[in-house]
Parts: sequence; structure tokens; C-alpha cells
Amino acid sequence: MADVTTTEQAAPAADAHGHEEHAHGDHGHHDLGFWQTYVFSVDHKVIGIQYAVTGLLFLLFGFVLMMLMRWQIAYPGEPIPLIGEWLGDERAPGGIMLPEFYNQLGAMHGTIMVFLGVVPLAVGGFGNFVLPLQIGAPDMAFPKLNMASYWSFFVGGVVMFASFFVPGGAANSGWTSYAPLSVFATTGQTMWLVGMIFLITSSLLGSVNFIVTTIQLRAPGLSFMRLPFFVWAQLVTAFLLLLAFPPLEAAGVMQLMDRVAGTSFFLPSGLVYADAPWEATGGGSVLLWQHLFWFLAHPEVYVLILPALGIVGEIIANNTRKPVWGYRVLVYSVVFLGFMSFVVWAHHMFLTGMGTTMSSFFQTTTMIISIPSVVILSALFITLYGGSIRFTVPMLFALAFLPMFGIGGLTGLPLGLSAPDIHLHDTYYVIGHFHYVVAPGTLMALFGGIYYWFPKATGRKMNDFLGRVHFWGSFISINVVFMPMLIQGLAGMNRRMYDGGEQYLMNADVLWLNEVISIAAWVLGLFQLPFIYNFFRSIKHGEKVDGNPWQATTIEWQAPSPPPHGNFSAPPVAHRGPYEYSVPGAARDFLMQGEPDTAAEPAKV
Amino acid sequence: MDIPYIVEERADTGLNNVKLGIWLFLASEVMLFGALFSSYVLLRLMAVEWPFGVDVLNVPLGTFNTAVLIGSSVTMVMAYASLKMDDFGRFRMWLAATIGLSLLFMVVKGFEYNHEFDIGNFPWTSTYLAIYFTMTGLHALHIIGGVVVNTYLLFPGSKMWTTNKAQFTNRVEAAGLYWHFVDLVWIFLFPVLYLL
Repeated sequence: MADVTTTEQAAPAADAHGHEEHAHGDHGHHDLGFWQTYVFSVDHKVIGIQYAVTGLLFLLFGFVLMMLMRWQIAYPGEPIPLIGEWLGDERAPGGIMLPEFYNQLGAMHGTIMVFLGVVPLAVGGFGNFVLPLQIGAPDMAFPKLNMASYWSFFVGGVVMFASFFVPGGAANSGWTSYAPLSVFATTGQTMWLVGMIFLITSSLLGSVNFIVTTIQLRAPGLSFMRLPFFVWAQLVTAFLLLLAFPPLEAAGVMQLMDRVAGTSFFLPSGLVYADAPWEATGGGSVLLWQHLFWFLAHPEVYVLILPALGIVGEIIANNTRKPVWGYRVLVYSVVFLGFMSFVVWAHHMFLTGMGTTMSSFFQTTTMIISIPSVVILSALFITLYGGSIRFTVPMLFALAFLPMFGIGGLTGLPLGLSAPDIHLHDTYYVIGHFHYVVAPGTLMALFGGIYYWFPKATGRKMNDFLGRVHFWGSFISINVVFMPMLIQGLAGMNRRMYDGGEQYLMNADVLWLNEVISIAAWVLGLFQLPFIYNFFRSIKHGEKVDGNPWQATTIEWQAPSPPPHGNFSAPPVAHRGPYEYSVPGAARDFLMQGEPDTAAEPAKV
Repeated sequence: MDIPYIVEERADTGLNNVKLGIWLFLASEVMLFGALFSSYVLLRLMAVEWPFGVDVLNVPLGTFNTAVLIGSSVTMVMAYASLKMDDFGRFRMWLAATIGLSLLFMVVKGFEYNHEFDIGNFPWTSTYLAIYFTMTGLHALHIIGGVVVNTYLLFPGSKMWTTNKAQFTNRVEAAGLYWHFVDLVWIFLFPVLYLL
């Protein structure tokens, strides 16, 4: 009842507003030159696309780093074919990878995939492009801040990339940068810290913007419980970024001080480095770094997964032609998940000797946080039941996401319990587990999202056949990459072996899997080519479609494709919830959120 | 379509965009300094020896600086209140006073730092001094940020007073909220580092 009153009160005011301002918007549109329209743009759609394309390029770059590592793991000590010669003597003399370079690749693969690939694509890209459209806003609340956020991210990315070319190469202490190893590391580590500070600034500006936009710029009638699930997921994500990143910034500043100003925040007393006592006061704590790092990095996991869940929710509702099952349960779960993600971080540290009391606490919270995750996944599964499923390309990716994320989540349970974690910690099992969440999980959802919203961004659809080739090729090969890792890890194989674990006899039984995984990884690389070709070709030559090619309900499909500056020709008003598919008695099988009530719609109770 | 609620408040949230934005930013800042204060507690608890602030630092100067910063918070409020009372002349005076006091704080801090360096107290001398220089240094960066914003509002930014009074007043309010936060951080830093 309360919803209805707000709609009625707010709607006339917004209409009166809209008419005079429409003329305004057109004025500003004409005098922007090339640079302001496409490069230093303040339009959320352009910034979203910039984020997405930069993120995709970094994903490709991070993937290439990993493909190089996989050569060394599968064929240790053999020269890298084709590109080995180009890597230079300080990285791979004669094409044979040096251990130092292997460590750089490992550290930078993680850093780039998480901070420069998935997050910019999932939050910066989809968040910026879709969220304002979905809530019927003309733009983000602070467009200039939005631009600053993108360029801060860009500078951070450039610094990270440039660190490969400084003496000693890029950061090589793992993406976690554990002290004291990272304090002794080469210049690349300083670049890593500086780059991170830029990225943290970027995400701070972005998250403030997302929260204000969601709370303030919702269209009239769009109450919180009418928000599409994707918007909820992005809102919770923004809170995680806002509150979890600053402690890492503090930690980064302290590690920078350790490296440049000779302090000992993370250096215990009595360290010996290169056969000589390390000149520092000592008295610091290596655990302090780990606590501060994981205080960010655990919520970061949810930053990676929540936007993906949001995307999958949208795609599944659209392609089953059914409302998402248990919308309110989904919303409450995602909020609870966000809250809990702040109190589970130390389950990454069971083996550090922080004490059994701490371990018990954090394994309990970890078990609790698995509940809302299971609730969300179950709700999405139940949505499928009784739907009339359209097997479109986005839907294939969304359907693949569900079991993949399920495997990722279930394999995490043994790691969250401190006893089995003793055996599994730092093995390939851990790599298999979190990649199932992030790669076949999140990345599948993100690809689905690209296929789903591509028509909105360009007015054209991506090619269906190439999309299917991309999907099936990726889906099969990515499982051949990560499933054997779980087996290797259960056998006890350590995750950081430069020679792929050859030196340990206990790995002998599972060593042959290294080659299988590597080949699957390169095949996976090949299957991204149809996507890249499809993406660029479809911008100009894809099949032309109208504003709502998927017959979807949410407000973004009400705007023209591509939406003009200012997004909507008339200010949208939300009349109902986000997923009114197959409403009995309605003329079509979907009722858009912005459609005014008609006689065809059954009367509201 | 222009972006709504830049100046006027949204009816159901009772906020304008800037005010919500600055509070969210401050929440993030609380987490930044919160992490540093927590680190301080942890490092001190596990330290073999930890000097008392009173034995190392100049408490009278620190007290003086605390008074200076609290004073600058008062002048900041006066600047905002002057705008609310539509008195632009007084606003300029109070904002200039705020900037003056901030610079005075920085000068005193500079003398303190200089003295520490003279007697051989550097960040690498002890963990206590390390956290002292890190936290006060980060706080000083926040002061510089505030001075930059306030100077902008005093000179080029104040042109907005002639075109859009309400929006300019909102900006000053947001700058004020930030400034009070910076002040508040110092009110925690002073006892923790100087007195305990």
C-alpha cells in the first residue's frame, strides 16, 4: 500500500520536471567533441564500456601470464615455443623461464585477474552501464567522480603493467604480498603498492557513487523491494568495496613505509636476509599484514561473486519467463551475506598459528556464511522449475554458472573447517576451489551478461552460432582445467612449485595431470577467439534489434538501444516489481516495470 | 534529463546526493584510520618495550595544536552559518580563518617533526615512532586535502555563490563535515600518541 502512494505522489512531479529538462539535455549533447564524448566522458554508459573493455583486456593479459606459467608447469625447464625468445635474458634466457619470472607471473596473474580484470568488468563495467538504466536514472549521481574513478583505475593498471619492466621485474611475492617476503622483494613490489593505492582510490570513488545513485536516483515508484536483484547485488558490493578496501590501503601505506622508510611494522625481530642480519628495529608482526590483507580480500571474494549472482538472476528470470523464485529471500540473503563477509577473513589463516580459539570462531562464521550462499543458489535453481526455458546464449552461460558456482562453494567447505584445512592449505585444491568460484563461476556469468546487455549497448545482437561455440568450448575446457586441480590438491600437491611439483615423490601419481591441465588451458584460450571476433564484429555488423530484444521487464529495456545521453526519452516510472513474467490474464507473457496499468493486467489486491 | 537531488532533498530519503556521498566517504575514512588504530593497539600489545608518549613528544605543543584544530572546526561552522544567514562577507572571513588555523597547525607540526629529526628520532628508530610518523603523516595529508578544498571554496569556487546559492552552501557543508572528521581524528591521535 505504501508503495502505491509514493508512486502517485511522485509521478506528476517528475513528469512536470522532465519536459523542460528534456530540451536542456539536447543542448549539452551537441557541443561535445570527440575527446569528451568517447575518452574523457562523464556519461555512465561510456565509462561503463571503458571499464568493461579495459577489464576484458586485462583479463586477456592475466590469462596470457597464466598460459606462460602452464608451460613451465607442464614441461619444466624446456624452452617456451614461439614467444620464449622475446621474453629477454632477465626473464627467460634461451626461452627457459627463470624461477623469479615464474613468481612474477604468479603474483601478477592473481593481482591482474582480481583487481584489474573481474572487478572492473563486474562492478565498473556492468555496474556503471546497467545500474543507472535499471533504476531509471539519467546518469550516475556524480558523473565527474565517475570519470575520476575510471582514470584512477586506468593509472593503477598502467603502474601495474609498467612494473614488469623495472629492474627485478614485477611484484613476485604472490597476490597476497605476505610480509616479510614482500618487504625484501624487488622494486616491482613498491610499484604494486603504488598501483594498489590508485585502484583503492578508484573503487572508493566508484562505491560512493553507486550507493548514492541507488539510494537517491531511483525512478518514482521504484521502491527498494521493487529493485531488480542485480541492483541489490551491486549495492551490497559497493558497501563491501567502501568499507573493506581502506584497511588494505592502511596496510599498503605501512608496507610502503617498511620498504621505503625502513620501519618494521611487518618485520619481526632477528630476521636474516642474504646471510646477514636485516638492519631494522624489528618488533613488527607478520600476522598483522595478513589480518589487514584478508580483511579486504575476503569481502573481495564477494565483490567478485555478487555482481555475477545479480547478472544470473536477471538472465534466468528473463529466459525462464518466470519471476525469480523468492525475491525477498534473495534480497535478505545477499544483504546478510555482505554483512557476514566482514567476519570470516581469518579462515585464510588457520595455519599461521594464530590460535585455536580464533580458528574456532572463524570456522563457525564461515559455516554460517555458507547458508545465505546456498539459499541464493537454491532460489535460482528453483526458478528454473516449471519455467518455459529459452536456451539463448546468455541463458547457457547462466545455466552453466549454477553448478559451477555450486562446485566452487561446496569445495570451499572443507577449507573453511580448520581440521581438513591443515591438509588442504596451499595445495592445488585451494586453487581449484576458488577458480571454480571465480572462473567457471563469475566469468561464465560475466560472459552471459555481455551477451545479454550487448544489444542495449550497441543496438545489435552478438552472433548466436559463435556464441554457442564460445560457450561449449569454454565450458568443457575450463572444467578440464580445474577439476584435475582438485585431485592434485587432495593428493597433497603444493600450489607454488616452479617445476610443477616434480621434485616431490608424493606427487608422482598426479603429475601427469599437469600436462592435461595445461593443454586444456591453451584450448580454453583458443575458444576465446570466437568471442573476441564476435564482440568486435557485432558492434558494426551484428543483427539489428529493437530496444527490448529479449522481451524483458526491467526498466533498462524501456530506453532506446543504444540509450542517448540522458538515457530515457521520458522519465520512467515504476508501476510494479521487476520480474512480472507470465502474469495470468495479461496480454503478453511479460509486463514491463514502466508500463502503466492497463485493463489487460489483473487488478491488484 | 538532469541529475535530480543535487540541491533539493529527495522526499523519501530526506537527503541530497552530496550529503549522502560525503557521509559514505567518511565511513570509508573511519575504516582507514580504524585499521591504523587497530594496528597501533596490536603492535603495542606485542611490543617488548614501548615508550610513553609524554617522554618522547612535546605535549604542550601537541595541546596547542589540538586547540588550534578545534578552533578551526569552530570557524568552519561559523563560515557555514554565515552562508546560511546570507552573509557572504563574513563567510569569507571565517573560511580564511579556518585555512589560516590549518596552516598554523601544519607549521607547528613541521617544528615538531624537525625537532624529532634533530634529536635522531626517525621512523626507523622504533616501532612507536614508525606508527607516530605514519599516522600523523597520513593525518597531515588529510589536512592538506582540506586546505586545498577550502581554498578552492574561498576563491575560484565561490563564484557559485552568485549563480546557485543553495548548491554552494551544500558544498561548504560537505567540506565542513570532512573538516570536522579530520579534526576528530586528531582528537583521537593526540591522547593515543602523546599522552598514553
